[in-house]
Amino acid sequence: MSLFGEVPQAIPVAVFKLSNDFKDDPNPMKVNLGVGAYRTDEGQPWVLPVVKKVEKIIVADNSLNHEYLPILGLPEFRSSASKIALGEDSPAIQENRVGAVQCLGGTGALKMGAEFLRRWYNGNDNMKTPVYVSAPTWENHNSVFANAGFEDVRPYKYWDAEKRGLDLAGFLGDLETAPKHSIFVLHACAHNPTGTDPTHVEWMQVAEVMKRRKLFVFFDSAYQGFASGCLDKDAWAVRYFVTQGFEMFCAQSFSKNFGLYNERVGNLTIVARDADNVRRVLSQMEKIVRVTWSNPPSQGARLVAITLNTAELFAEWKDNVKTMADRVLSMRASLQAKLQALGTPGTWGHITQQIGMFSFTGLNPKQVEYMIKERSIYLMASGRINMCGLTTKNIDYVAKSIHETVVNVQ
Amino acid sequence: MALLKSSKAISSIGTFSASLGVLSTRNSSWWGGVQMGPPDPILGVSEAFKRDTSPKKMNLGVGAYRDDHGKPFVLDCVRKAEALISSKQLDKEYLAIGGLGDFTKSCAQLALGADSEVLKSGRNITVQTISGTGSLCIGANFLSRFHSASRDVYLPKPSWGNHTPIFRDAGMQLKAYRYYDPSTCGFDFNGALDDISKMPEKSVIMLHACAHNPTGVDPKPEQWKEIADLVKKRDLLVFFDMAYQGFASGDIDRDAWAVRHFIEQGHKIVLSQSFAKNMGLYGERVGGFTVVCNDAEEAKRVESQLKILIRPMYSNPPMNGARIAATILNTPDLYKIWLEEVHGMANRIIKMREQLAANLKNEGSTHNWQHVIDQIGMFCFTGLKPEQVERLTKEFSVYMTKDGRISMAGVTSSNVGYLAHGIHAVTK
Repeated sequence: MSLFGEVPQAIPVAVFKLSNDFKDDPNPMKVNLGVGAYRTDEGQPWVLPVVKKVEKIIVADNSLNHEYLPILGLPEFRSSASKIALGEDSPAIQENRVGAVQCLGGTGALKMGAEFLRRWYNGNDNMKTPVYVSAPTWENHNSVFANAGFEDVRPYKYWDAEKRGLDLAGFLGDLETAPKHSIFVLHACAHNPTGTDPTHVEWMQVAEVMKRRKLFVFFDSAYQGFASGCLDKDAWAVRYFVTQGFEMFCAQSFSKNFGLYNERVGNLTIVARDADNVRRVLSQMEKIVRVTWSNPPSQGARLVAITLNTAELFAEWKDNVKTMADRVLSMRASLQAKLQALGTPGTWGHITQQIGMFSFTGLNPKQVEYMIKERSIYLMASGRINMCGLTTKNIDYVAKSIHETVVNVQ
Repeated sequence: MALLKSSKAISSIGTFSASLGVLSTRNSSWWGGVQMGPPDPILGVSEAFKRDTSPKKMNLGVGAYRDDHGKPFVLDCVRKAEALISSKQLDKEYLAIGGLGDFTKSCAQLALGADSEVLKSGRNITVQTISGTGSLCIGANFLSRFHSASRDVYLPKPSWGNHTPIFRDAGMQLKAYRYYDPSTCGFDFNGALDDISKMPEKSVIMLHACAHNPTGVDPKPEQWKEIADLVKKRDLLVFFDMAYQGFASGDIDRDAWAVRHFIEQGHKIVLSQSFAKNMGLYGERVGGFTVVCNDAEEAKRVESQLKILIRPMYSNPPMNGARIAATILNTPDLYKIWLEEVHGMANRIIKMREQLAANLKNEGSTHNWQHVIDQIGMFCFTGLKPEQVERLTKEFSVYMTKDGRISMAGVTSSNVGYLAHGIHAVTK
């Protein structure tokens, strides 16, 4: 008799199972278009040159030790990370009404924000506040908010499968009918998984409704710099909402734009009405941090802080980010061109219109299964591909495979 | 307003104030109802210490080891491991949800012993966690979700301050069993046995594996044996917290004796481990959570559920510290150096205990300070009352927690005399 005799086997997280299946596949032509991590044109992980440089600096500095960071994290990391999101000259920063919590990656930042909101937003311990996530969205959004206690996590219309673009009318419609004070999780840029972002004008419309209906703004910013290659361009939506006077959260990840995936570097930026509100919010954030991880890991935060706060390193980082974004853009252009040249049925303009690491190909589950089983090309059941998995060496094979799949499988 | 209508019980985090008069100045913000949270009792001590300008100030709050110059100590084996790792030019790809395999294997081995039958049969699951706190958080939430037989967690009285909010936040009910005897500054063995004998079956009992925090009072092996028997009779679920393996006696295996004994006796324990103190990896957040299961099949099921818990918290754990720990544990030369360094840290603590007791005697104190020497590990439960603690802080700039706990790691040969002087002054 075991205490855990009744514990059921849980379904594995899809994206990791995909990677495992890819690993076990003996086909030499196999391509992994699953997990969202950057790859070079050789299909290899890329430790950013600026990161290697800063690591050497850290290793050589004997004055550094492994002492605990403060509960909320490394101060110079928090402030410089928030500046990246909000802009050097952000009025909110100048008005002293921005706070931040260093967290374990973007996931950790979402988690902290969610836990805080459940306890302190729209009453106390109000689990009934609806939380809206885009349809579709990063699958972990649902779990983060549900595990924080929210009982009502719902989709808002976002992706129009037919026209392969943003369902703006649906999105705005859901904003209009959402109960007041509902929380909306917005992707700051490079929407995961669709790669489809609202235009500036569309964001302005979203903001207008959210302000009028008193909806809570929770940005998820995991790809700043990665989408267009320019940090400021990619932060336009976040900054616009700040100018509109919102109190809001922005969960930032430095996994992709710094390539620091496994060091878990994230930041929850908090914009409030004034400094006093920020102070009290942070004091309660500390309580939540204390029962979850006590204080965050130092290595990654140090690395990012040194980079962001040193002019030459900052410039080099921006350059590294642009390198990654440019490669993705060139793969998009190349894939679309090849599909068009092959005369693959359907329209493929969305490949270059979409932005960031991911592309929602429009392949249906049967076609995805065919790609995996018959061509050893691994992608998510939703039809999402990671553009970083494409290289100049495999892009012909992938293009031909997509063509064959679309022609043979309906 | 939702705030007014809410009559729900508030969780341990923050307090709900009915005095909404203040809301009028804050009602243009979402956060008008957010109360200022009280400072953390333990970490708050360090922050107060930082603000103090006295040249004689002593930080005996947080349990972070200091060398005899009062400086943080980066272990040599850690520096060597870092150099090794740096030369390998590894990538930074995401770890698996359960963490670095090299680390979790050696972490389990360190606790259970290399020849452990549990390891051989693969009936444990060990996941990498965000140090000890992260491990307890995962454990508390795992029990809350899957240990439907009981909501009750029994903590020793007293226990580490953060245990209570961690378990409460996970939805468990906190209870206590007698542990510390203030009249002897030692272990209340009979009180503990008495309380354990009355615990409802299937309750969770938290045991500090060694170097009890905050008292430094550990059961003797014969006492552990009796506790193990009684716990089995009562059919309780054992949750071991081992944050100081190596730090207590200076010997890795001796400090893990209780954990290994319970397992040998057939207890299917859950175990939290931290490498913050024994490897000095505090800020790297290195820890492990282990569930000892019936068999390997069960361990797989439990593992799958632990991953489901971890993913929405932080997806996967940080690499740096785990890589350092794994390198040390798996490289014989470095492992040897580590054992020596842990031994050295424990020895310095023991020496400071002896010097403190001796100095108190020299100051002319008539109190019995034997417990200072008898207690084990980083902390000493001095027996000082809150008013005495307050005086010690205000008049002597000696910072410690209100319960009279001092971190011996903050004591050095140059300040032990001053400390004795201060303690004597407030207790004579």
